[in-house]
Amino acid sequence: MSAHRDVLPVNADGLRRRRAVNRLMEAIATLAAFAAVGVLAIMVISVARRGGAAINFSLFTKTPHPFSFTNEPSGLANAFAGTFVIVGFATAIAVPVGVLSAIYLAEFARARVAFAIALALDVLNGVPAIVVGIFVFALIVLHHGQSALAGSFALSILMIPLIARATQEVLALVPQTTREASLGLGVSRWRTTLGVVLPQTVGGIVTGTTLAVARVAGETAPLLFTSSIVGDKLQWSPHQALASIPLKIFEYSESPDPKDHAQAWAAALVLIGFVLVASLTARALAARSRRRMGLHR
Amino acid sequence: MIATVPADPQPRVDVATPQATLPPPERRETVFEIRGLTASYGATPALSDVGMQIYENLVTAVIGPSGCGKSTFIRCLNRMNDLVPSFRSEGEVLYHGVDLLGAGVDPVAVRRRIGMVFQKPNPFPKSIYDNVAFGLRALGMKDDLDGRVEHALRQAALWDEVSGRLKTSALELSGGQQQRLCIARAIAVEPDVVLLDEPASALDPIATSSIEDLMHGLKRDYTFVIVTHNMQQAARVADMTAFFSLSTADERGHRSGILVEYESTQRVFTTPADRRTEDYVTGRFG
Repeated sequence: MSAHRDVLPVNADGLRRRRAVNRLMEAIATLAAFAAVGVLAIMVISVARRGGAAINFSLFTKTPHPFSFTNEPSGLANAFAGTFVIVGFATAIAVPVGVLSAIYLAEFARARVAFAIALALDVLNGVPAIVVGIFVFALIVLHHGQSALAGSFALSILMIPLIARATQEVLALVPQTTREASLGLGVSRWRTTLGVVLPQTVGGIVTGTTLAVARVAGETAPLLFTSSIVGDKLQWSPHQALASIPLKIFEYSESPDPKDHAQAWAAALVLIGFVLVASLTARALAARSRRRMGLHR
Repeated sequence: MIATVPADPQPRVDVATPQATLPPPERRETVFEIRGLTASYGATPALSDVGMQIYENLVTAVIGPSGCGKSTFIRCLNRMNDLVPSFRSEGEVLYHGVDLLGAGVDPVAVRRRIGMVFQKPNPFPKSIYDNVAFGLRALGMKDDLDGRVEHALRQAALWDEVSGRLKTSALELSGGQQQRLCIARAIAVEPDVVLLDEPASALDPIATSSIEDLMHGLKRDYTFVIVTHNMQQAARVADMTAFFSLSTADERGHRSGILVEYESTQRVFTTPADRRTEDYVTGRFG
């Protein structure tokens, strides 16, 4: 034992102090990580406790009752329908634009241009949602009034950088040898991209899209400007303003009726559940597509 | 491959039969005429002043030590280096008289005539059938697709092994089969020249020999240029052999690939004119 101490002295070079600092920092980092998980857990639990009881069939099938303080079953079907339509159209706009920008970045652009565009996408990703809301308000709503489509347009601006960056990442994973094989046949860039590169990245594109949908489904600020003046009827037409889950939560939270509060919590729970499921699905899809891509390396 | 140093300087590589088919110089048709080809990646030179001719329906081997620019050289023949942003070249690569490096030449059109098989088998993650059919469809050669696919697979000596499972994934084939599939894919679109960049370096000896046999059979229809590390392979398959090596270092310490000797394979391996070629083929160097 003492011979051991001669070879590896216990306090050489301030070893004790360095070890203590190491332990301390490890403990703080661990604590921080668990705190983040803890916040999520507490949030989910508290939302579930307050909203869980109000989740029932009529929440999804019935529209809000015109008179408060009745015992008629009511629900938020119009808000679920509106969010579905608004996010659906937003996805329909954002996927082609996002994927094509990623294709330009990864397959066509020169390195310097690609860098600049990637940076622009990151900046766009950081633009606050309310700014996007005001922008679309000034661009569309001032002239054409509110509509679900204006809301979709605002949300799509938030989705494009997410989808583009996610797609760009998976495009970068496609081995260069695959492109060479196709280009070596005298096949054009675009046919190469469409025929052999994109099919390998479908999983990644779906993953990026799912995450983007989860992210914007709960956006409130852009819809405040674009699709907030709504009635309580169940409507589907994108040409008029439609109700949405996040705005309903906001509205009901200010209601005097405790039943409305419960429904707001329930809607929040549905939203969290949706985001959770979407994220997990996206993870699973990403893992699967990575495995697939790994196969031929 | 670790070459052993032989006791005497006599070349040890057996030169096989292709020389029987080598026509005399006046009867050779020139496909490529390369003049003063100099290439670099950014500030790093890769090739310096290469000049040679490549002849129709012959197999031309490019041999030499690692880093001597062999791959850079054949990638100049179908503009594959365009994919490397820092790549620059000077000089001329005349293909039937047209300078492939010239302005206005579409690399897609170049590669349409001059196909390529790569070092590592790189089948698409598609079915065996679709691997061969992809190029045909993309290039609009859709008449008799099944017949064209079968013909290409037969030419690549793969048909008998895969005819019963054309719809299964190409990734399930062995390495040698994948490489023959890549050859089938390349020849299905009926190119004029097929470039092979160390096509057998990732394969076992049996798969290697099947690919060499293939080239013997196919050179009636195609002109082959093959880069190889393996001198025995060059001796077995090539009619003409070009030996590339590295120049002495320039003032900045850079060395670049140079063409040392280009002759019939027979000459290169038995009576090389250049001392450096002799050292290489006898295994003293490389």
